[in-house]
Amino acid sequence: MIEIDRITKVYNGVTAVDAVTMTAESGTITVIVGTSGSGKTTLLRMINRLEEPTSGEVRINGESTLATKPHLLRRRIGYAIQGHGLFPHHSVARNIGAVPRLLNWPKEKISARVDELLTLFSMEPDQFRDRFPAELSGGQQQRVGVARALASRPDVLLMDEPFGALDPIIRARAQDDLRRIQRALGSTIVLVTHDMEEAIRLGDMVAVMDGGQLVQHAPPAEIVTKPATGFVADMVGDMERPLRLLSLVPLSEVMEDGDAPGEALPADSSLRDALSACLWTGRTAVPVERDGLPAGRVTLDAIRARAELGA
Amino acid sequence: MTIAANRIVAGEGVPAWAVAAPALVAPGLAAVVLGLLLGLPLHWPRLRLLGAVIGLGGLLWLLMQGAPALLEGAGDYARVSPAIGFWCLLTILMLLMADALAQLAPGPVMRGAMLGGVLATLALILWSGALAPLSVMQEFSSRRAAFADAALRHLALAFGSLATAAVIGFPVGLLCHRNQRLRGSVLPVLSFLQTIPSLAMFGLMIPILGWIALNVPGARAFGIAGIGFTPAFLALVLYSLLPVVANTVAGLAAAPPTAIEAARGMGMTPNQRLLRVELPLGLPIILTGLRIVLVQNIGLAVIAGLIGGGGFGTFVFQGLNQTATDLILLGALPTVALALVSAIVMDILVELTRPDATRTA
Ligand SMILES: Nc1ncnc2c1ncn2[C@@H]1O[C@H](COP(=O)(O)OP(=O)(O)O)[C@@H](O)[C@H]1O
Ligand SMILES: [Mg+2]
Repeated sequence: MIEIDRITKVYNGVTAVDAVTMTAESGTITVIVGTSGSGKTTLLRMINRLEEPTSGEVRINGESTLATKPHLLRRRIGYAIQGHGLFPHHSVARNIGAVPRLLNWPKEKISARVDELLTLFSMEPDQFRDRFPAELSGGQQQRVGVARALASRPDVLLMDEPFGALDPIIRARAQDDLRRIQRALGSTIVLVTHDMEEAIRLGDMVAVMDGGQLVQHAPPAEIVTKPATGFVADMVGDMERPLRLLSLVPLSEVMEDGDAPGEALPADSSLRDALSACLWTGRTAVPVERDGLPAGRVTLDAIRARAELGA
Repeated sequence: MTIAANRIVAGEGVPAWAVAAPALVAPGLAAVVLGLLLGLPLHWPRLRLLGAVIGLGGLLWLLMQGAPALLEGAGDYARVSPAIGFWCLLTILMLLMADALAQLAPGPVMRGAMLGGVLATLALILWSGALAPLSVMQEFSSRRAAFADAALRHLALAFGSLATAAVIGFPVGLLCHRNQRLRGSVLPVLSFLQTIPSLAMFGLMIPILGWIALNVPGARAFGIAGIGFTPAFLALVLYSLLPVVANTVAGLAAAPPTAIEAARGMGMTPNQRLLRVELPLGLPIILTGLRIVLVQNIGLAVIAGLIGGGGFGTFVFQGLNQTATDLILLGALPTVALALVSAIVMDILVELTRPDATRTA
């Protein structure tokens, strides 16, 4: 659990972060979202003391971060820097193994961990282990950057726009990967983005920053349906609100018995996926499957009813 | 070629085709012409390299044949030297070779091997005595001991001052890297030192060290005196500090800022950051600084001859005083060769330390 307690950062008279208080529960993803310059990076960097707060305090699992020397604190916290920050003179394997090496893990354990992580990020270890960052695509560099942050299995992971350089399709896959890995490891993640779509997709909780202040801290559904200020509403975007809401609802919630023509969707995909399947193939209902077996159907009417409910 | 009655008077010119019997001269001339012709096609660097080698071989042949032939019956004090035509051709062929090599861009190991080959050939030619009749070589043979002494002195001056400057310069550069304010005051001072003309610098050392030798007890025992090795050495060290410090600062700042931040973010201490990130990424730039210093000091050490510091400069200034061109050459040629070889070796080192990523990218 990360408790941020009235934390403030002032740079020569300019308040970058203004008395922010919030708590990130263990085993959840908290996404900090806001426009550029709203203080997201500064807030994140005060958690592992890359910036010292002007006032206020951060506690991790009840213990003040001031109780530990900064470099020892940082070795316990994974950090994926904005723009990957890989060491250009080290191979992929050495980059990923950087923190375990600082923690004096034995060699075999480090190389096993490197291979495990590369596999986890769909990068063939034999093919990528010995490459240098300059020999990777932008997307691969970012994945190695995230893998490096995960290497020592930290309980707490800070990520600053980790998917910024990815095109939309790879980005969606990387987000799914992260979600899957986080669920499997039970880690606590604080992630910064300027993309509300990403915040709603990834976050268990979403924290919206505006001009250094925390303007709303709530689950994604509440951000979409009850934006606290005009700024949050703008970020969500009025036009896309119903669609964003639909993307939060799994098919299983409005599924009914019966059959429908065409290709089936898995039960845990969202109403937004079902809507787009209906519109794209001209159907009025799509079949739903669970574990590969038919489970029922979702009709266009049911999707519309659900969207109106939220509005 | 020129031939002169003795080593002081100006010689009279002899055209290349007349230096020896036509049958002996012809192959050399042909090789030079062929070499120059081979150097013409722009797109075949291998051919041009071959041309340069053949041409140089031709020049060497002409020297070897011409010198003894001209000397024959010309009197005991007669001297033969290569003339302006030789030096021009030599320059053209060397440029041709350098250009072809730049186009071929051989790897660092290959370059090392080629340098070794060239040096071995040169040593063989000198040792074989084929060029012994040349005037420069005669100056050499009458000063063998002095030459060896001067060579040692020259190396001690150049490399010793480099090592001293490095030992002082690295820590200063490191401090400057970590402390913005220090950098702001140290670098301008060193730049100012660098702008003092070299003759003035050596001149300044004389009264300063002279005063110390007189007034500080024990200073004389350490070899501190107004003239000689110490002031020359000190001047060279002062000249070396700016390139060493400036390149250390630049090298340490060369690591991408995000990599530095990542290193901080993962919990490296400042020293770990220095050893694992900043130093390896900056090494090529730091070594480039040392290369500049080494080449500069090999050249500047000549001026040390003026204040009794020893080295090849001694010959150059003796030669200037006696208007004996060959004696000047005896000092200048090894200096140039030394500087060239050092530059090439340092370039190879710089390349070898460059991170693989940037080498392949
Ligand atoms: N080291 C710094 N010195 C001075 N001002 C800074 C520094 N870092 C950030 N700021 C300022 O603080 C504000 C918030 O910056 P940042 O946290 O990087 O925003 P974000 O990550 O949301 O784009 C900006 O106005 C920025 O100019
Ligand atoms: Mg930012």
